[in-house]
Amino acid sequence: MVLDALIAIREYQDESLAVRCACRSAICGSCAMWVNGHAHLACKSRLSQFTKEGKTRVEAPPSLPVIRDLVADMAPFWEKHFKVKPWLENKPLPSKPMEEYTVPNAAMEELIQEVICISCGACLMDCESFAINPDFLGPQALAKAYRYVGDPRDAEHRTRLGELSDRNGIWDCTHCYECVQQCPKGVAPLDQILKLRKLAVDAGFTTNPGTRHADAFAESVKHSGRLNELTLLPKSVGFFNVFDQLKTLPSAFNMARAGKLPPIIHKSIPGVKRIKAIFDRVGGRFK
Amino acid sequence: MKVAFYPGCVSKGACPELYTSAMAIAEPLGLELHELTEAPCTGAGVLSEQNPELADSLNGLTLAMAEEKGADLMTICSTCQGVLSNHNYHLQNDAQRLDKVNATIGDQGFRYKGTTKVKHLLWMLVEDIGLERVGKAIKRKLTGLKIAPFYGCYILRPEEYLGLKERPERKTYLEQLIALLGAEPVEYRGATKCCGFPMLTFNRDKSLSMAGNHIVEAKDKGADLLVTPCPLCHLNLDGQQPDAGRVLNKSIDVPIFHLPQLLGLAFGMSPQELRLDHHVVPTKGALEKVELKV
Repeated sequence: MVLDALIAIREYQDESLAVRCACRSAICGSCAMWVNGHAHLACKSRLSQFTKEGKTRVEAPPSLPVIRDLVADMAPFWEKHFKVKPWLENKPLPSKPMEEYTVPNAAMEELIQEVICISCGACLMDCESFAINPDFLGPQALAKAYRYVGDPRDAEHRTRLGELSDRNGIWDCTHCYECVQQCPKGVAPLDQILKLRKLAVDAGFTTNPGTRHADAFAESVKHSGRLNELTLLPKSVGFFNVFDQLKTLPSAFNMARAGKLPPIIHKSIPGVKRIKAIFDRVGGRFK
Repeated sequence: MKVAFYPGCVSKGACPELYTSAMAIAEPLGLELHELTEAPCTGAGVLSEQNPELADSLNGLTLAMAEEKGADLMTICSTCQGVLSNHNYHLQNDAQRLDKVNATIGDQGFRYKGTTKVKHLLWMLVEDIGLERVGKAIKRKLTGLKIAPFYGCYILRPEEYLGLKERPERKTYLEQLIALLGAEPVEYRGATKCCGFPMLTFNRDKSLSMAGNHIVEAKDKGADLLVTPCPLCHLNLDGQQPDAGRVLNKSIDVPIFHLPQLLGLAFGMSPQELRLDHHVVPTKGALEKVELKV
């Protein structure tokens, strides 16, 4: 494993090398670092798989401050973790509870994927939204938030969804799937973020560009079978948000000048009736 | 070779140069394109987020249409590829989901058996057409150009749905093609990163800094141009590049080519035929390096 090599270096070549590790068996989550440009647990990465032409590149991830050598400062990670209040807020109990509070098995099965998170930070280290926006809550904290939002015992379900819909929350994820790719435990944080987006919209938190974007997208596909790029952007930004609308004008002008503006009259695909019928039959938000 | 061609919304909307150039390279590659004109938008992951059953049904319909044609479905967009691969994976592995879809599209006279293969042009070039045949179609080597590949997230991740576990070499096809065309592939981190387009409508400045940073990194490594198999990446990397420059307070000025445009040039077509004169960032400088004019 890459970690064995690093320990050997520290033991026999350079005792000053700083590496953080504890369990050496992919449970404690201490040794996440960049190996060949992506976040991995060093103890779970076979050296032979990561060696190209006799070389393996190990480094602290560039999106976090470095304490020394391979040891990143995890303070921003823990700050985000605690921001989502990763604990249960109990629902008020009857004054004299007669039995324990039981949770249906199915409800916990839905959360098991998130419960197995070991907080190693690999997802945050490769998160592309975090790389350009240090205030973004990030994949680990958001997946953790889903663990509590989805728990039937939690009293803060609605409040949490409201807070997560704010700036730097669920709508600031760029959907790049890096977190799904890098998570050593299969938590698939992006999948949990998408579940939160649906729950937030279902709970009525819809006055944000993310929801407007999804609604405008669906409307266009329902009525023409395809995307109307010309109306998608202004509808997502919000027609009355004049300041942000103006910001999009220079690009629109550049595209028009290059002959890249979508046709003003948006054509439907042949057989669009079929598409409308499918929207109607499936029902749900976009019916 | 017969393929069920799924051009995607953007090649018929804001990136007509992609559609034109894809049609132009079909003949020299021996591709017989049967366009799925009645297939709907994939929903780009946006529809599946709020209504997974709806997205399953729409994509199930497209997959059934390709199945009826008796050919592999070919995309020219990383996003279309990712979304169709994702739904196809689940429909092929989850009988309940497939039954549900068939009940819905059955009303419209369609049924999906689960046999369609979804393949981006990029994959077909290497796996079905073969680099040898592509090589034979080359009439003009692009020697002297340094080209940075830009894949787009959805043709790379999640690996499970895209068959990348079985075929990890799919992550190197752009580099292989660039070298085959006589140009030099540029190695840089941005090649597999996100262009920021999915956030453009809700987080404009952040989205543009993402796009800008990757282009600047490629430029610093000497790239004359970027090539992408994804028109959504193209919209951010080319369409928004002047604005990305403003956000980063830098002049960027690196042209972005669609994959079929690059192939078309090597196949001896003129820049005009490939609509290389319809980009926001002028392609002139890069073309002059191979003694071409727009």
